[in-house]
Amino acid sequence: MRRLWIGLTYVVFIILLIIPLSRIAIGAFEKGLDGFMEGLLRPEALHALMMTGLIVVLVTLLNALFGIMMALYLVRANWLSRRIKGVLNSIVDLPYAVSPVIGGLMIVLLLGPDSIIGGFFEGIGFKVVYAFPGMVIATLFVTFPLMVREVMPVLQEIGHDQEQAAATLGAYGWTTFRKVTWPSIRWAVVYGVVLTVARSLGEFGAVLVVSGNIMNKTQTATTLVYQDVENFNVAAANGVALVLAAFSVGILLLMEWAKKRKDVQ
Amino acid sequence: MHVEVRDLNKHFGTFHAVKNVSFGIEKGHLIGLLGPSGGGKTSILRMLAGLENPDSGQISFHGQVVNDLPPQERGIGFVFQNYALFKHMTVFDNIAFGLKVKKTPKAQIKDRVMELVELTGLKGFESRYPHQLSGGQRQRVAFARALAPEPQLLLLDEPFAAIDAKIRQELRSWLRELIERVGITSIFVTHDQDEAIEVADEIMIINQGRVEQKGTPWDIYKEPTTPFVASFIGESTVISSAAELKGFEAASNKNATRALIRPEYIEIGSEHDFSVLSATETGIVRHLHFRGSEWLVEVEVKGHKLITYRSLEKETLHPGQEVRVLVHRAYLFNDEHSWIEENRLKVDPMPIMI
Amino acid sequence: MVCGVDRNAIRRREGYDMTTWIRHRGWTWGFRSTVLLYFLALIVFPIFGIYVQSFSSGWTHFAESIADPIAWKAVLLTIKLGVIATLINVCIGTMIAWVLIRYRFPGRTLLNSLVDLPFALPTAVGGLMILLLLGPGSLLGSLAEKMGAQIVFHQPAIVIAMLFVTFPFVIRAVQPLLEELDPLEQEAAYTMGASKARTFFKVILPSMLPGIISGGMLAFSRALAEFGAVVLVAGNIPGRTLIASVFIFGEVESDNPAGAAAVSILLLTLSFIILWVISTVQQRGRRA
Repeated sequence: MRRLWIGLTYVVFIILLIIPLSRIAIGAFEKGLDGFMEGLLRPEALHALMMTGLIVVLVTLLNALFGIMMALYLVRANWLSRRIKGVLNSIVDLPYAVSPVIGGLMIVLLLGPDSIIGGFFEGIGFKVVYAFPGMVIATLFVTFPLMVREVMPVLQEIGHDQEQAAATLGAYGWTTFRKVTWPSIRWAVVYGVVLTVARSLGEFGAVLVVSGNIMNKTQTATTLVYQDVENFNVAAANGVALVLAAFSVGILLLMEWAKKRKDVQ
Repeated sequence: MHVEVRDLNKHFGTFHAVKNVSFGIEKGHLIGLLGPSGGGKTSILRMLAGLENPDSGQISFHGQVVNDLPPQERGIGFVFQNYALFKHMTVFDNIAFGLKVKKTPKAQIKDRVMELVELTGLKGFESRYPHQLSGGQRQRVAFARALAPEPQLLLLDEPFAAIDAKIRQELRSWLRELIERVGITSIFVTHDQDEAIEVADEIMIINQGRVEQKGTPWDIYKEPTTPFVASFIGESTVISSAAELKGFEAASNKNATRALIRPEYIEIGSEHDFSVLSATETGIVRHLHFRGSEWLVEVEVKGHKLITYRSLEKETLHPGQEVRVLVHRAYLFNDEHSWIEENRLKVDPMPIMI
Repeated sequence: MVCGVDRNAIRRREGYDMTTWIRHRGWTWGFRSTVLLYFLALIVFPIFGIYVQSFSSGWTHFAESIADPIAWKAVLLTIKLGVIATLINVCIGTMIAWVLIRYRFPGRTLLNSLVDLPFALPTAVGGLMILLLLGPGSLLGSLAEKMGAQIVFHQPAIVIAMLFVTFPFVIRAVQPLLEELDPLEQEAAYTMGASKARTFFKVILPSMLPGIISGGMLAFSRALAEFGAVVLVAGNIPGRTLIASVFIFGEVESDNPAGAAAVSILLLTLSFIILWVISTVQQRGRRA
């Protein structure tokens, strides 16, 4: 019985995860190392990878910062009534429920060239949708809950006492945060960062809608893979896909590591 | 420092936690806030610390209103119920925290921390982390940490609640001695009357958000001013109609006067034990409990169960035995008043009759 | 050591801090409003906006968009395939969670970390994987074709894509519950004469159930929302293999945002309801 269950588990993993993953690797090197390099070193591929990198860095920075603050406010703020905190708390989860495509659509509707706000920005020569800012906003929307949801439970668990103790000992907000709160939430933040990086690296639907997928301009790594496949250029897609997959596996390792550190805390 | 509190009020939602509380505390005194759980003691303490804002009323230190000062500015030390030690810092860093925040020079920090480590008996534990310490040691660290920045007022929230009964006793006398040595004005919250009586110079009994009585432990024990204090402090039995007791018939003048009687107000024995036999009544021993150093005797008088102690040196009683019972004094109270009354027959054994 | 009266210290502190204190307050409020504004502008405003947008040109227009057979068939198809993928995942996920927690065998930690792979992998890459494995010209694809089964560009491929991206949800929801479950409870059931099967259904399954339900719900809502993996492997033929998110994308591409918005709010409302159910289930589980 036991053997059967373990065997079945292995079968599922191999079929669903391991074979597909190795298939990408094989596909990327189908035409040898040269084919792989060629697919990867196309100007549009390099540009797409750069765009993805920029988005990842920017989004992770912004959402880490605001996510930590939001988590702090949702758990600690006494200037918000409990009811308001409850409402805000459930709103934080909404991006989980929103399909990325819809997330992108929202931003097109609100900030697109035909909208009031978008028209205003266009007027002052600042393109939002079908440009870099829109892509960042779309990714910010999709990844916002990740950091908040990692940090909040830790804050709830450690409680308020240590921070109050620091206050009675003369420490103000920033010192208290740096010396007392931060060491306790550090690993949760690291985990949240890893999750945010993973999600913004792989974001596809929202970015596709918002960016318009213009080659060498607003194309990211994932939308390039999509375009290559649509153009029946699967071999070229494989190179970029392998790079993304390799990043994902790296992130997975980081996740494991951060999770362990978090548990130790 | 001198602490003055006037008309303090605090609501939590619809719950009126602290009601018009006023009191003053002399410099250097050790005050115990005693009362049942949920009575508002901790809220008062937290308002003194600035961790909670009063809805109305005034808190002043040295005659200066501190209501608008945040906790950081009040110059207080606070020992939390579960100590709230910084988990990721060593004992040394925990104690040094307040000094570092004030940007005290390094050498001075070291001197001060080592002084406190010595004083609290934590020598050799400086580089340990809180999770490597016993409950009693953690309490000492919390205490040293609160004292390090030389506060002028020390506030302790149930300081012994999380400690084993055996070590608690030892820590109590240690704390009392230490506070005396440091000479700091201190206020601690407790729901344990033994603790309050043993440690505090003065006790404030807090019930349902009000100060019921303030005074030395002895005064409060001897002369409780409200029925709540009388029943909360010490052991006692309440008799629903005081007039039924011999020597307290005068109480019947007022209707519905009840009597609260402490075990040590009652004397029992055989007829020849009493000089004024007319002041005693007949009672029947119902139960005897051995209390280690004395007997606890339940005796029934006119259908009321009274409790008293009896020395082991005296002749042993048996359940069902008839004895004479003398009630020396009782704490009487009705809806309007409360007072302490001596047994009238005992003082004045009807001289006219003779 | 002895802490004397230091009236001047208090006075000095008070005077000194009047200026810093005000500045301090200003900073605090600035921070608070920035964070809340960020939150409102980023999350609340867009969601609110899409509801307003789809009703801006009146109910009739909204109804028309929904009544378009391509639109409602896409939504129905999404729900149908999402349910299938979720059901398969509930079974597989529960089994894997059980095996990974209860058994010790070589490779267990590796498999346990691999569970999160679909979270970490870009969904477009996931779609590409399926395409490579089962697509025309691949070994498995041509084999299936010979047997008369069509996978890629047909409904099975969509289910597989959904299965892949929602794989971790049930496992990760059930695992902590199993870990908490005291083996003594099982043993207690055995001592009372319960058979293994009976113990499983009466003791173990009920304690896993909140995890299975909330994990399944999460997987379902993710399956409804999935786009990247599906768009690559589905044929996107209206009425047959066109799912809602791909339909929305098509409407946006063909410059019909109003139609896209109408279907979007159908899908959104459904997802919000699921989210609400999940949080209710979790709260009840916590209370129990």
